[in-house]
Amino acid sequence: MISRRDFLQTSMAAAALYGTSGFGNWARVAAQQLLTQDKLLEFDTFGNVSLIHVTDIHAQLKPIYFREPSVNIGVGGNKGAVPHVTGADFRKLYGIDDGSPSAYALSHSDFSSLAKGYGRVGGLDRVSTVINSIRATRPDALLLDGGDTWHGSYTCHHTQGQDMVNVMNALKPDAMTFHWEFTLGSERVNEIVEGLPFAALGQNIFDAEWDEPTELFPPYKFFESGGVKVAVIGQAFPYMPIANPGWMFPEYSFGIRDERMQEMVDQVRSKGAELVVCLSHNGFDVDKQMAGKVTGIDVILSGHTHDALPEPVLVGETIIVASGSNGKFVSRVDLDVRDGRMMGFRHKLIPIFSDVITPDPDVAQLIDAQRAPYVDQLSEVIGRTAEDQTLYRRGNFNGTWDDLICDALISEREADIALSPGVRWGPSILPGQDITREDIWNVTSMSYGEAYRTEMTGEFLHVVLEDVADNLFNPDPYYQQGGDMVRVGGIGYRIDVTKPQGSRITEMTLLKTGERIDPSKTYQVAGWASVNEGTEGPKIWDVVEAHIAKQGTISLDPNNSVKVVGA
Amino acid sequence: MDLTRRRVLALGTSTFAMASLIGLPALASLTDDAIAAITGGAEITEGGIDLTAPEIAENGNTVPVEVSAAGAVEIALFASGNPTPAVATFKFGPLAGSRSGSTRIRLAKTQDVVAIAKMEDGTFRKASATVKVTIGGCGG
Repeated sequence: MISRRDFLQTSMAAAALYGTSGFGNWARVAAQQLLTQDKLLEFDTFGNVSLIHVTDIHAQLKPIYFREPSVNIGVGGNKGAVPHVTGADFRKLYGIDDGSPSAYALSHSDFSSLAKGYGRVGGLDRVSTVINSIRATRPDALLLDGGDTWHGSYTCHHTQGQDMVNVMNALKPDAMTFHWEFTLGSERVNEIVEGLPFAALGQNIFDAEWDEPTELFPPYKFFESGGVKVAVIGQAFPYMPIANPGWMFPEYSFGIRDERMQEMVDQVRSKGAELVVCLSHNGFDVDKQMAGKVTGIDVILSGHTHDALPEPVLVGETIIVASGSNGKFVSRVDLDVRDGRMMGFRHKLIPIFSDVITPDPDVAQLIDAQRAPYVDQLSEVIGRTAEDQTLYRRGNFNGTWDDLICDALISEREADIALSPGVRWGPSILPGQDITREDIWNVTSMSYGEAYRTEMTGEFLHVVLEDVADNLFNPDPYYQQGGDMVRVGGIGYRIDVTKPQGSRITEMTLLKTGERIDPSKTYQVAGWASVNEGTEGPKIWDVVEAHIAKQGTISLDPNNSVKVVGA
Repeated sequence: MDLTRRRVLALGTSTFAMASLIGLPALASLTDDAIAAITGGAEITEGGIDLTAPEIAENGNTVPVEVSAAGAVEIALFASGNPTPAVATFKFGPLAGSRSGSTRIRLAKTQDVVAIAKMEDGTFRKASATVKVTIGGCGG
């Protein structure tokens, strides 16, 4: 028998296009001439079923810049395993040339200079073009949205997700699962989901009071595609009421519930499913672990942790596909399904180079219509980055956007210490670029954006840091929540990621005095995105805007305040 | 502003307890003593009993827990990190169609939930699950 591994046929979309080049010397024109839409979309249609995966768009309707992480530490069994490989190691692992389009799309190195050459990425009008081209060769291809779609921008916030719903509906997805959507509040989520023209799936979305499945979010749906009976099972983000404010959706309970996942797989198989696809918002390491425990899933389309992988990862007989974030990538997975089982696949992670892919004019018009009422607000320039200053967030510890937000909290809220959530969304800003109000909202927008100010003892601060660190560095992926470390301003610390909870964080230091944090002393702490009901304070985007407006040009000191050990 | 810490960071009492109660031997031995009282010191084997609990509690004050063991006459449930570890004992008669029970328990902090089943043949089975009680707040 031929093993599935023999059928492993993947291609790195852009790496295959052309060869090496040096660092940095990119002119936009050159990049455009070398990269063409045809080459980006080139794909020998394979087998009989096609899946199209988009995930974690975070309401980015328009093209943006997005720097991939330089620090992404794996722990326990995942130490050094993808997606915990970055920069030069990542490029070496996948045979990506320095300075190439794939290097720009998939790794952080030389980001700002490559960005000036290759331009912005994403834009749902471009995504639409890619989807249309796949459907031209495979009319019944399934489009599956992994969630975190109705959150993350000025217009999404002001329309309570309606702008994203309108534009996504035009792309005609077949099914979707969820995470940040629930932070719109359960009433609003229910209202949207009731009107959705496609399936809203989540085998782990339960009624909190009775701990039983809901009617609004069925566990799976069957599709007929290429003559194959396909079952798509949804898996929403398991830790919604813990990582986000549960009081906004008290009727719902989540969890990994892998026993029920197994039941659902067995159920769809017994009903004749020839291909079982899990549309997941678990996060990559959780999906890997689940794939090892639950048997019978052919494909996991993985979301939440924002990883972009040029090849699927194989666990037993399951392939796991990770498709990035912020509209930057679309994954196409073609499958050969015969005699009731998956015999082979071909996969391509397609980077959405916005200057190369022609926008779908209908969707472009629809996007502009969503933005039209807000254009003046969106486009107002608040400040500018210095000629050597990039703003980005993604990474296990503070990015420069976070440093700026923490600076804003400390100065605007007159605090000693700032805490900022380790979310993985938020596009980047290049050196010498205007910072508009839209840019600020892209990294701060949420339904619980109050910037609080409070007193905390040193001991309590330590508990907070330890607690969040365990959400990221617990060696068992089922105990990880998929965010990055809480960002800090005004303090430094040492973290040993190999230690258990309670002993990872040491040497906490108040930067302005150079003194160690005293467990019994009280400090003024400002932060935002508290999950607790009744948090008071100005909105974080107003705090950041006021700070940037005062600064004018943004230039940050390098942040060396977190010492990481054991990575 | 008179924000208390409780309101700001969604900390249950459980989280405050966590810092000071890590690895309390007294509570662990309370559970061991209670188990020994059931088994009379007989050997306990793993497996043959299913214990379903969330990996991370959504609300430490009410954590859904489910146990089942085919052929059990009794299943006892313990929260090993609570001041009073004994949670419940389910007893099954010979005509019981399903040897399972479920309940919701309050967990003071991150801890192991332990289930001990006494089987019809007089042997004992054990299952345990770590349930984490956390502050939360930073999901990507």
